[in-house]
Amino acid sequence: MTTQRISIDPITRLEGHGKIDIFLTPKGDVADAYLQVPELRGFERFCVGRLAEDMPNLTARICGVCPEAHHIASAKALDALFHVDPPPTAKKLREMFYCIFFATDHTTHFYALGAPDFILGPDAPPEQRNILGVIQKVGMDIAGRVLKMRRDGHNLIEMIGGRKVHPNWALPGGVSRGINEEQRKEIEALGRDAIEFAQFSLNLFREQVLGNRAYLQLITSEAYTHRTYNMGTVDGNNCVNFYDGLIRVVGPDGREHAKYPARDYREYVAEHVEPWTYLKFPFLKKIGWKGFVDGEDSGLYKATPLSRLNAADGMATSLAQKEYERMYDALGGKPIHHTLATHWARLIELLYAAERWVELATDAEITGTEYRALPTATPDEGIGCVEAPRGTLTHHYWSDERGVITRVNLIVGTTNNYAPINLSIKDAARALIRRGTAVSEGLLNRIEMAFRAYDPCLGCATHYLPGQMPLTVVLRAPDGRVLKTIGR
Amino acid sequence: MSSKGKLAIYWAASCGGCEISILALNEKILDVANAFDIVFCPCIMDTKVRDVERWPDQYVDVCLFNGGIRTSEQEYMAQLLRAKSKVLVAFGSCATEGCIPGLANLTKRQEIFETVYCETPSTDNRARVLPLPEVQCDGNHLSLPVFYDMVRTLGQTVKVDYALPGCPPEAPRIWDAVVAILEGKLPAPGSVLGATTTCCDECPRTRTEKTIKEFKRLWQVAPDPNTCLLEQGLVCCGPATRAGCGARCPQVNSPCIGCYGPNAGVEDFGARMIAALASVIDSQDPEEIDRIVREGVPDPVGTFYRFSLAGGLLRRAALVPDAERHELPLPSPIPQP
Repeated sequence: MTTQRISIDPITRLEGHGKIDIFLTPKGDVADAYLQVPELRGFERFCVGRLAEDMPNLTARICGVCPEAHHIASAKALDALFHVDPPPTAKKLREMFYCIFFATDHTTHFYALGAPDFILGPDAPPEQRNILGVIQKVGMDIAGRVLKMRRDGHNLIEMIGGRKVHPNWALPGGVSRGINEEQRKEIEALGRDAIEFAQFSLNLFREQVLGNRAYLQLITSEAYTHRTYNMGTVDGNNCVNFYDGLIRVVGPDGREHAKYPARDYREYVAEHVEPWTYLKFPFLKKIGWKGFVDGEDSGLYKATPLSRLNAADGMATSLAQKEYERMYDALGGKPIHHTLATHWARLIELLYAAERWVELATDAEITGTEYRALPTATPDEGIGCVEAPRGTLTHHYWSDERGVITRVNLIVGTTNNYAPINLSIKDAARALIRRGTAVSEGLLNRIEMAFRAYDPCLGCATHYLPGQMPLTVVLRAPDGRVLKTIGR
Repeated sequence: MSSKGKLAIYWAASCGGCEISILALNEKILDVANAFDIVFCPCIMDTKVRDVERWPDQYVDVCLFNGGIRTSEQEYMAQLLRAKSKVLVAFGSCATEGCIPGLANLTKRQEIFETVYCETPSTDNRARVLPLPEVQCDGNHLSLPVFYDMVRTLGQTVKVDYALPGCPPEAPRIWDAVVAILEGKLPAPGSVLGATTTCCDECPRTRTEKTIKEFKRLWQVAPDPNTCLLEQGLVCCGPATRAGCGARCPQVNSPCIGCYGPNAGVEDFGARMIAALASVIDSQDPEEIDRIVREGVPDPVGTFYRFSLAGGLLRRAALVPDAERHELPLPSPIPQP
């Protein structure tokens, strides 16, 4: 029987808040750890009866941090449901819009969440260990650049999609409006700034993190290493793509486990239910659910920036490809299983997103006026997939012949990583809390780092200024008496 | 001690978009920070619920509360923050009218659980395990907040002083509200902090007196970019919707979906929309009008109460006898691959 429980209540977001409970053995070692998701909204149920064309707007409300991902995945599901192939301009506009969103989102995550741990260090005083502390250390110039990147991204999302949050733009067969030459020029110019910003961010990472032996040791330490399968979307050359392609899964040894079109997802992915949380746990169906363990025999997989890079053979743009090679050279080849390397992978994706954004903004077809094909076939069923920043996102709808939704299935980005996040927390807690350990604030932060790397949508809220999850740890005696409370 | 006002920001059942919209204030966030001590905001700072519990009543000057109320935890936080705040603002569509998650009131908790945890085609749950408020797992006791049978707005849970509409509220409107608070120019309690005109009044599209014989679905047509969408036969919610966004959606050729909620004086969003549709139909025959609306709008509740179901007159569908719930077919079994 356990004698103590440590509750970490980050009060952060997935569909609501998250809570970590760590149970200790009588001797004070970690017995178990649970990340609970205490909320459900039930989109799969209440979207039944709605109009199919409403789905990109309804499902955007699953997440206000990444509504673009749901909006676009939903539109792709509708393309399939209505049997309509969007014209090239439409596909390119959607992908460009999506790359702008990706670059904006990855920027927020890296600077607000990831950077404080590395630029300032995991043991820096918590009141400094935030984005403001980062700015103080590396200078106001960076703050200006980060704010500009975010502002540019959101302004372009509004310009193209109608609104900064919850765009109303993508439709079955394309998009509601194209762009003109004047808009294109602005998109291109800001895209070039974004490339520069991404390179600058990678340089900063190299200087501040890779130049520091202690950080490198932290990244490669066993507490933050899980040998799971990795999932990501690849193009025809097995390069990372966010908007479209085949889903590829590689094993813990890096070998291809599966490569399939999104519409076949049910053959490869299933979801497990536990009674202690409202969120389900996806796993690889052909391997099976073996509980919260890693390795080749366990169906757990990750779908993160690092997973996408692991699952691909390279990046489709030249600058990002160089950075891709650099990362694998530095960390001992493919695949990389160090959770904290996800931050590095995220910056490589940021660079790719910016490069791809400019590629598309300079594409001759991007200002084309054929941005929509009207469906003519009878709607029935459709599956749409994109890479959300936090993992492969799947929307699957059925409708009647009028295009009224009759059934819905969703596998949302962060959900893919729910089991590995639990595993990461448990392993970090096991490595860090041993009998006799004084549970300190810095130690809690190191446990927190284990799941922060995933940028879980639990952490959506923590994208904000100080980028710090508020934690409370309560050590309790078996009778529930509070022995010690540690807070920030 | 600082003489600045105390501000709290909290979320309940919401998507995070309200917070992103606050972030879109950009550099004005610093003005907010200069004007207020932010005493509670789980997304940016460390204050814990137990700290809030220790505050005296009315400790907080203004609390911006977003999200609806779906679980016991959210209900508790609404009551707690009501007690601790002088002014409680229902911030955004979820808190003011239920928003999209409020459409869950068309169904029941049990149906949601069965769909999500048992019937969705990728779920592998032959034992039909469902989340439980209290559970023993490997000898460890774990608890979850209770999932209520319906979504409530903040105002249906506690007394609310002001409402700031929008899904999410646009950053300039958030700033308007902040300025009103700072300058002591808040209207009478119970007011909506927003415009009193409609989305149509902000829309640059040209309106004529054109009438129509049928409504079209958005997937069926490519709308003309310059003329009124409603007059083109598309169900645009502009006539019932409060202004405030700048009619952004019609400007990208998409109909207004009503995310800014009912305009001032509109008691029921759906009723106002139905009246607006009737006004563009080219018919005087009630039966023909009925047919045109029925055929053109196959999901009336989702179309007319997309954002306002939980907060509007309907509130929930379960009160309607099952026999009349024809718009809600149960999902048919789909063969597994």
